[in-house]
Amino acid sequence: MKIDHAKPLEYSTEENRLKVLGFWIFLGAEIVLFSTLFAVYFTLVNRTGNGPAGSHIFELTPVMVETVVLLTSSFTIGLGIHAMRLGAKKAMMTFFGITLLLGAVFLGVEITEFVTYVHEGATIQTSAFLSSLFTLLGTHGAHVTFGLLWGSAILLQVKKRGFTPETANKSFIFSLYWHFLDVVWIFIFSFVYLKGMM
Amino acid sequence: MKWDEFFVTGEPMIYAAMVSIVLVSVAIVGSLTYFKKWGYLWRNWLTTVDHKKIGVMYIIAALLMLFRGGVDALLMRAQTAVPENGLLDGQHYNEIFTTHGIIMILFMAMPFIIGLMNVVIPLQIGARDVAFPRLNAVSFWLFFFGAMLLNLSFVIGGSPDAGWSAYFPLASTEFSPTVGNNYYSLSLQIAGIGTLMTGINFLVTILKMRAPGMTLMKMPMFTWSILITSVIIIFAFPVLTVALALMMLDRQFGTQFFAMQNGGMDMLWANLFWVWGHPEVYIVILPAFGIYSEIISTFARKNLYGYKSMVVSMVAISLLSFLVWVHHFYTMGHGVMVNSVFSITTMAIAVPTGVKIFNWLFTLRKGKISFTSPMLYALAFIPIFTIGGVTGVMLAMASADYQYHNTMFLVAHFHYVLIPGTVFAVIAGYHYWFPKVFGFRLNEKLAKWAFWFIAISFNVTFFPLFILGLNGMTRRMYTYSASTGYGPLNMLSMVGAVGLTIGFLLLVYNIYWSTRYAKRDTTGDPWDGRSLEWSTPSPVPEYNFAKTPVVTKLDAFWFSKKENTSLTEGEYEPIHMPNNNGQPFIMGVAFFFFGFFMVFSWWIPAIIAGLVVLGAMAYRTFEKDHGHHIPVDEIERTEKALRGEQS
Repeated sequence: MKIDHAKPLEYSTEENRLKVLGFWIFLGAEIVLFSTLFAVYFTLVNRTGNGPAGSHIFELTPVMVETVVLLTSSFTIGLGIHAMRLGAKKAMMTFFGITLLLGAVFLGVEITEFVTYVHEGATIQTSAFLSSLFTLLGTHGAHVTFGLLWGSAILLQVKKRGFTPETANKSFIFSLYWHFLDVVWIFIFSFVYLKGMM
Repeated sequence: MKWDEFFVTGEPMIYAAMVSIVLVSVAIVGSLTYFKKWGYLWRNWLTTVDHKKIGVMYIIAALLMLFRGGVDALLMRAQTAVPENGLLDGQHYNEIFTTHGIIMILFMAMPFIIGLMNVVIPLQIGARDVAFPRLNAVSFWLFFFGAMLLNLSFVIGGSPDAGWSAYFPLASTEFSPTVGNNYYSLSLQIAGIGTLMTGINFLVTILKMRAPGMTLMKMPMFTWSILITSVIIIFAFPVLTVALALMMLDRQFGTQFFAMQNGGMDMLWANLFWVWGHPEVYIVILPAFGIYSEIISTFARKNLYGYKSMVVSMVAISLLSFLVWVHHFYTMGHGVMVNSVFSITTMAIAVPTGVKIFNWLFTLRKGKISFTSPMLYALAFIPIFTIGGVTGVMLAMASADYQYHNTMFLVAHFHYVLIPGTVFAVIAGYHYWFPKVFGFRLNEKLAKWAFWFIAISFNVTFFPLFILGLNGMTRRMYTYSASTGYGPLNMLSMVGAVGLTIGFLLLVYNIYWSTRYAKRDTTGDPWDGRSLEWSTPSPVPEYNFAKTPVVTKLDAFWFSKKENTSLTEGEYEPIHMPNNNGQPFIMGVAFFFFGFFMVFSWWIPAIIAGLVVLGAMAYRTFEKDHGHHIPVDEIERTEKALRGEQS
């Protein structure tokens, strides 16, 4: 394996460069996936049947908490990657740890929010609008959940093996994934919640 | 759930199928044990990450599925051959035309094409493997177990019965109460994830792993077609993923997406399905265009006419493919404006396709044509496909479509594009690249007999359907009365179907005959080819190219033969190769069980199988695998042996 020391560690081998490009393309496919879910949501948003509309169930406080937490986590993972470039293992692991913790807080708030909806009689089975709402949010939430597992696995590897071309590559790709989830959330926040509360 | 609900009962044909499944399984397990081949199977095939072997496995699976789908087709033709036939009942007929569609498109055409691209693309661009060999194995096993899951539905639980397009509300639990459409959503989902990964893999491979000097405009046309196809896959398949997930949620979790009440919208399914479904048509046709371009140029002994316009038209087709989906349901009433727009975009596709047809004709003009079996398929393709294309333009006219919609005319049209387009192409490609993989050619005489049977019988089978459709026979009609007058033409179609069967049997017999008796090819270049894959010895060694070729122009290998120059320089160097691993196979098995348990809504076993899938992923991320190096002396020995020299 040829290591190119002029490049950052995550780009230092041919294999690593292929993986980063491949992951960008995968994110392209993910954009299509979420676009489709948004299209379904916008198609069904006014088809509430006998169930409540968005403006009846959405509450600003938990959504604001989720937004702040997730946006902060995107910032901390950026700091983590910066620390990795500087070779600061401990700092990197701390920032990644904070990121995952914030992710878990986000997920906790989202689950509480779901439970509240269900208690108010707004379940995934109530109306087409609610089906699409829960599916869109749930798909994003499932991505965050998977991210928590994946991120923890990477953190363990960095701890055990330090910064190698492989672990650096994995951490970098994970950060791309995490930023992507943040971008999706911004769309959910703006076009589902804010628009829905108007 | 009782046992008689679990297994499909009450049909003698299905009992026969169960018996044959058991017998074949016992025979396979027995002979593997008797000949002590389990280790060989595991080490050389089930754990392989070699793109050529994965390609071969795709093609074997596709051929098996061709026969499964072919039996479905024969049964349909037999059922409708005479009026008031009682061979199949309505429900059974519904299941058969549904699985015929799913299997032929998703488990025959797609894997056959993916198999050919696996074998050929790295060789055509001078690479040693694809960008992500492990992911490639994962893709294959997801496709394979997805296909197996769908086939299982035949005997356990019941097949999907709402057509391959599974329109709602017909596909809802209200009108399709069996688990059949659960099989549909889950098996296609599993296979679809594999296909998406293949798209990503080949896009990166083609963009990043080309031999030095091979710029994009010096790539062989087949490579170009796969590059564009990969992009279509990446943009189209996530839509299918969502559509299938929503279908599963509606059927098994009580959501209201496509429901008839509580705000649901059944037309949403049709839109999502065809937003994926129409690009899917181009996913199977563009690689076919690529294969024909290679074959026509090789056997006309000329460079491809209008290379740039070929590329431009493929790009145009790929863009237009996303803008035509509504033409599948003009009759569902979305108004004149919408229908007109989609009518125009649909007709517009005929323009770049026409450009390609003329390019092939000009490539043939004044060429020194040799009528080999792949070339025969390519030559038959041009006129037959044009009939399919012209009837496509007829169907594209929204107002006229109210007459043809859902009649046999439509069925005839899409068979006239898919069979000469895709099926002829993959068979032609299979004959063309067969010697590259196995080191000998298929027997030409048998291949030509098979060709004439297939080409003539195809027209006998499907041309009558145009007339039947214009006379008002609708598709998916399991029987009809004698007074309709549909009988004689349907009988003629049945005769054609028998001819097609003979053709395909000859095709398979040819594998057996040629394996035993065909003369081995020692040149590596039996057709006097033009692109890089023919510069390697046949069968291709594990590492493909002992030295990386350097390319200066299109058809570099052809010119290196003409000018007697070498494509490589320098000394041998150790070659880095990936290691085999059983993880993709095990993950595929876990996905299979996950899908199966999900079909029957057995949540606890499904969760356990899902955890095994996650476990396989965790294994992959923690595993330390740096591959291995092939030392120089081993490369020297292999190369000498393959080129027939004594060391």
